[in-house]
Amino acid sequence: MRPFKYVRASDPAAAARAVAANPHAKFLAGGTNILDLMKEDVERPSELVDLTRLKLAEIKAARAGGVSIGALAKNTDTANHPLIRRNYPLLTQAIVAGASGQLRNMATNGGNLMQRTRCQYFYDTAMPCNKREPGTGCGALEGLNRIHAIFGWSDKCVATYPGDMANALYALDATVRVRNAAGRERAIPVDEFHRLPGDAPERDTNLGHGELIVAIDLPKSSFAKNSYYLKVRDRASYAFALVAVAAAVELDRGRIGQARVVLGGVAHKPWRSLEAESALTGKPASQETFERAAEAALREAKPLAHNAYKVELGKRAVVRALMRASRLA
Amino acid sequence: MNDDFDVTSEPELTADEEALLKEMPTLTDIGQARRTFMGQTIAGGLGAFALMLLEKERALAALSISPGAVFAPAPALENPVRVVLKINGAAKALDVDSRMVLLDALRERLELTGTKKGCDQGQCGACTVLVDGRRVLSCLTLAAQVEGREVTTVEGLAKGDELHPVQAAFIKYDGFQCGYCTPGQICSAVGLLEEARRGEVSHVTEDVTATTTRLSDDEIRERMSGNICRCGAYPKIVAAIQEAHSGKESAQTWRFVEGDELARVRKEGATDETV
Amino acid sequence: MPRYIGKEMSRVDGVAKVTGRAKYAAEFQVPNLAYGFIVLGTVAKGTIKAIDTREAERTAGVVRIFTHLNAPKLGPKASTEYAPPRNTREQDKSFRALQSDRIYFNAQPVALVVAETYEQARYAARLVKVTYNAERHQTDTEAVREQARAPSQGQPAKTRGNPQEAMRNAPVRVEAEYRIPIEHHNPMEPHAAIAVWQGDRLTVFDKTQDVYGVRTHLATSFGLPEPDVSVISPYVGGAFGASLRPNYYPALTAMAARELKRPVKVVYTRTQMFTGHGYRPHTIQKIALGADRSGKLAAMIHTAVHNSSTIEDFNDNTTGFTRQVYACPNLYAPTLIVPTDLPTPTWMRAPGAVSGMFALECAMDELAYALKIDPLELRLINYAEVDPESGRPFSSKALRECYRLGAEKFGWKDRKFEPRSMRDGRLLVGWGTATGVWGAFQRPASARITFRIDGTAHVTSATSDIGPGTYTVMTMIAAEYLGNRPEQVKFELGDTKFPRAPSQGGSQTTSSVGSAVHGAALAVTAKLLALANLQADSPLKAAAAATDVEMLDGRLRLKSDPTRFVVISELMRRNNLTEVTETFESRPSPERQKYATMAHGAQFVEVKIDPDLGQVRVTRAIEVSACGKIINPKASHSQEIGGVVWGIGMALQEATEIDHRYGRIMNPNLQHYHVPVNADVHEIETMFVEEDDTVVNPLGVKGMGELGMVGVPAAIANAVFHATGRRIRELPITPDKLL
Repeated sequence: MRPFKYVRASDPAAAARAVAANPHAKFLAGGTNILDLMKEDVERPSELVDLTRLKLAEIKAARAGGVSIGALAKNTDTANHPLIRRNYPLLTQAIVAGASGQLRNMATNGGNLMQRTRCQYFYDTAMPCNKREPGTGCGALEGLNRIHAIFGWSDKCVATYPGDMANALYALDATVRVRNAAGRERAIPVDEFHRLPGDAPERDTNLGHGELIVAIDLPKSSFAKNSYYLKVRDRASYAFALVAVAAAVELDRGRIGQARVVLGGVAHKPWRSLEAESALTGKPASQETFERAAEAALREAKPLAHNAYKVELGKRAVVRALMRASRLA
Repeated sequence: MNDDFDVTSEPELTADEEALLKEMPTLTDIGQARRTFMGQTIAGGLGAFALMLLEKERALAALSISPGAVFAPAPALENPVRVVLKINGAAKALDVDSRMVLLDALRERLELTGTKKGCDQGQCGACTVLVDGRRVLSCLTLAAQVEGREVTTVEGLAKGDELHPVQAAFIKYDGFQCGYCTPGQICSAVGLLEEARRGEVSHVTEDVTATTTRLSDDEIRERMSGNICRCGAYPKIVAAIQEAHSGKESAQTWRFVEGDELARVRKEGATDETV
Repeated sequence: MPRYIGKEMSRVDGVAKVTGRAKYAAEFQVPNLAYGFIVLGTVAKGTIKAIDTREAERTAGVVRIFTHLNAPKLGPKASTEYAPPRNTREQDKSFRALQSDRIYFNAQPVALVVAETYEQARYAARLVKVTYNAERHQTDTEAVREQARAPSQGQPAKTRGNPQEAMRNAPVRVEAEYRIPIEHHNPMEPHAAIAVWQGDRLTVFDKTQDVYGVRTHLATSFGLPEPDVSVISPYVGGAFGASLRPNYYPALTAMAARELKRPVKVVYTRTQMFTGHGYRPHTIQKIALGADRSGKLAAMIHTAVHNSSTIEDFNDNTTGFTRQVYACPNLYAPTLIVPTDLPTPTWMRAPGAVSGMFALECAMDELAYALKIDPLELRLINYAEVDPESGRPFSSKALRECYRLGAEKFGWKDRKFEPRSMRDGRLLVGWGTATGVWGAFQRPASARITFRIDGTAHVTSATSDIGPGTYTVMTMIAAEYLGNRPEQVKFELGDTKFPRAPSQGGSQTTSSVGSAVHGAALAVTAKLLALANLQADSPLKAAAAATDVEMLDGRLRLKSDPTRFVVISELMRRNNLTEVTETFESRPSPERQKYATMAHGAQFVEVKIDPDLGQVRVTRAIEVSACGKIINPKASHSQEIGGVVWGIGMALQEATEIDHRYGRIMNPNLQHYHVPVNADVHEIETMFVEEDDTVVNPLGVKGMGELGMVGVPAAIANAVFHATGRRIRELPITPDKLL
């Protein structure tokens, strides 16, 4: 871990200004990812601006039946908030599917969106990695890539975004509210938040330097009754997803209205499948419908040498998640 | 070692080790073993463990600096941060390197080595402590971040001579072997019991919209999955926490085969090659 | 009737462990301590071209940076070390750090940065720049398996009968290959040492299973008389074989401390552990079994190939137990090794046995299905009544009872033979079984007892307690035979100031050290008897030997007539003694040579598998163990549970992954290297079938730490086959393999 200046931010504007003023400064919230990466010398900030005393942890009802979640609310508090449990159980399920009790007590919602890939090559500074060190190549492309992307990768990077919470946020049409050093706020639709690698895998998100996440806004949801978060992993708990699915449907007498199908663990962003969703809307909720949707969801998958299983697993996971969401299984 | 911080209140860090002699849980029999269970009453033997080590350390503490010992030319801290740490009810001001995590502050500066370093990466749970009553990982918490927060470590759980019920239950059910993950398991369990009281949900909660404060064994398994025990004491950890949570004793899961049973299968074995 | 032996006792070190007072290697408080941080290399083979330490040396707090260029050369390794699966002592050729520019494996230590604080050392270590002359490396055992050869140590594989011909003539044959990846012990406590020099005397706090082994290693490394080296290791946070050999860090730490003339502490990071202490080797096994139609084995051909390093031949004797488990007249079962550019493997819980038995017990299951015979019945059909290898009788063997009782308890008779025939709702249910086996080893060991006039005793032996409960068991044995209460006994271990004991490996501690404590207690008894019988009117004159009397509740009494006794405190007072001290060395009895001495067990597991998502849950496991006498069933049960959990990890989760392009381990951490978590573990039950075995040792104990794991991976793989119809022969059985 390189030497860094520790700054305890007193208010959001000061925090954003402090980071904006130093190209090597970073925000520190729960610390569950950045401190680990600093120990590994993957992250090398010269200054950490500690956000944890800022009053950005509120979870409250918002306009038009929505909910606003403070960026610094802990994952645990978010998952267990009555408004979330009642109106967005998918988000609760996604959060508690991730990490461990201790980590969820530390991790903030904003930080969760900012967590970085768990690609082994990204973690090992002796290995090539374009995300960590642009121009060095991608170690995983022709290396060990069992846990890597099947969608949206480029020959520069095949890493996945590892989080669970964001998969649910995509399904729930969330908006990420951010504020810059000048105090100006903007709202980023969550599906424009994370970036696919393309030619610049070093940029994980579309957040500007010094832009601070202040809240995540959820619109009123019609999915509270019929949603399910499914996570398939190598052990029963405390492991990242091989494949995850956030599924949600509106059901009216067995017929599907709007639907959401978002896959996790398959790309460098939660992978929302509009193809699957359109294969669902207007159809009866049934195994057959879900299988067609699953086929549609994985049709464009491009597996690597060691992760072809994710295509089949992804299909089965989509079917299972939809079955559970529609209470058929 | 400790000359670089002010003791603003009398710390309990160097509590008289003699107290250990009395820190014995009252244990009862478990299950219906053929052979009776021996309650643990080895206070003298127990105290000796800690005392023997203290004796060794006391001898070393008296070591003076060797002639020619090499020190760094400028050992001053870069980016020092002054923090007031409130640990197990005692407050201390400490100048730390900004890079120092709470775990290393406890172990390397405060002689509180009960909190363990297993991976230093948030991947094992051995370093679990309670901050403001919630279980967190001290390896991924900067010392500077806990300024003013209440930190409880495994050393702070017992009340005087009386073990915390979770500590006593771990002994009763043999919820550990090597003992290295144990402080983290215990702190985690203490945090978990509070989470249960608040009605928090987990990955195995069937209906996250409903509220219950009662944990099944499966709930405990899931909620303790952030604490790896390589010795594999998990079933006994679950039994210990279940008893601390609900007062319910877990059934004994081992037995000796009785002599008549053996005689029976031996007789069957002599006449029958099938199962 | 024993008062303590065989009864449940909570750990005497329990309070120390649950309150955080138990001190592990890195936790001793030493003044003026400097922190060392190891720099790892980045190529798999070659030489170091240059090391630039200038930037690192300029950073705050750095005391010195050691590399092969400035590190003093360590003395030649004169020591031998114990090899648990072979029960022999062998020349130690293990790797030592910073001794040359040669790179033998990727992530080899190439420098040690010592600084005033841990943070400073860790940072400066990142700034050390090393360049290499890389050479072509080979880390893939699969790619070089054809070059495998017999290891230089151990017995050459003998052929029994005529296996090839018998195989050709066998009416039923199965043949298959099984693969086990490299696995790492991953004890929770990282390896650590603190080295303190006082003049030419060295004290090292180490995480080790063998304080005397580390002492010899350090004494030869620094050219010191052994008594000038003190190794202290009172608590070990798990080891599982990873601390049997002296790893490279204690000498490295002591070297730095000597050069800097101040105490130094070095703690492995989790990542450094992956190349810092060895591992279970990558093992490829080919098994052919031939049988007649009734299921009787006619031929077994079992060839194991596993990797070693280029530094030394390591051989875990993978196929060793294949020779002794089933009656079969024709057998060929060699273990071959092939060097790779990786660190040397080492013993890891149930070394060799669990790997070999995974293959053999899966093959037996395959044979059962080829024959359409119940898998458990096939094992009974081929039951070895005497040791098939030597023809000698077993000193005791209650394996048949284990099979039958386990089957009964498990409900095996309700098992439907056909794969994929049992369900629980949507889940596929599979039931599998396998045999467990381990040697009943014993090594020479010494213990010392000081029995005091107040009835208390101080008992010492330089063994360790890595978790099995040695502190407790030795306390129980001492109290049993000294006739006092456990709380009057203080047992200490893990220090070279105590009498010599073997390393804690190979499940031999209770048999070896327990026998020494027992012997020392008898020696105290004999001493007291001799004193008593100095008196002309001794009531114990009828006692011809110490075994005719016993100590109990402060009295020394005749076993045949307990009304004849002397009060020990009075006896000692009369002789102006405040204490009696006896040291005893126990040795394996020659009687053992007439027998095969082994521990056995049967394992039954149930798995439930989601057929769509491929996730396997081990919902039920029953261990039935026949391993002589059980001293403390509470801790023994914990050992058995641990064995099952290790079996679950090996069967379903664990694999060290190497990118062979770089020859580098890519998952050296606990996020990518999966070990079982709490949610992976469900019901585990143990039944102990006690054996009365007076041959193995006076206490009648056999080891059990390894035994409980040996059959579990095979039982799980067999259950997975039963559930799904899929025979997975390559571990671990992750969800992707079951889609």
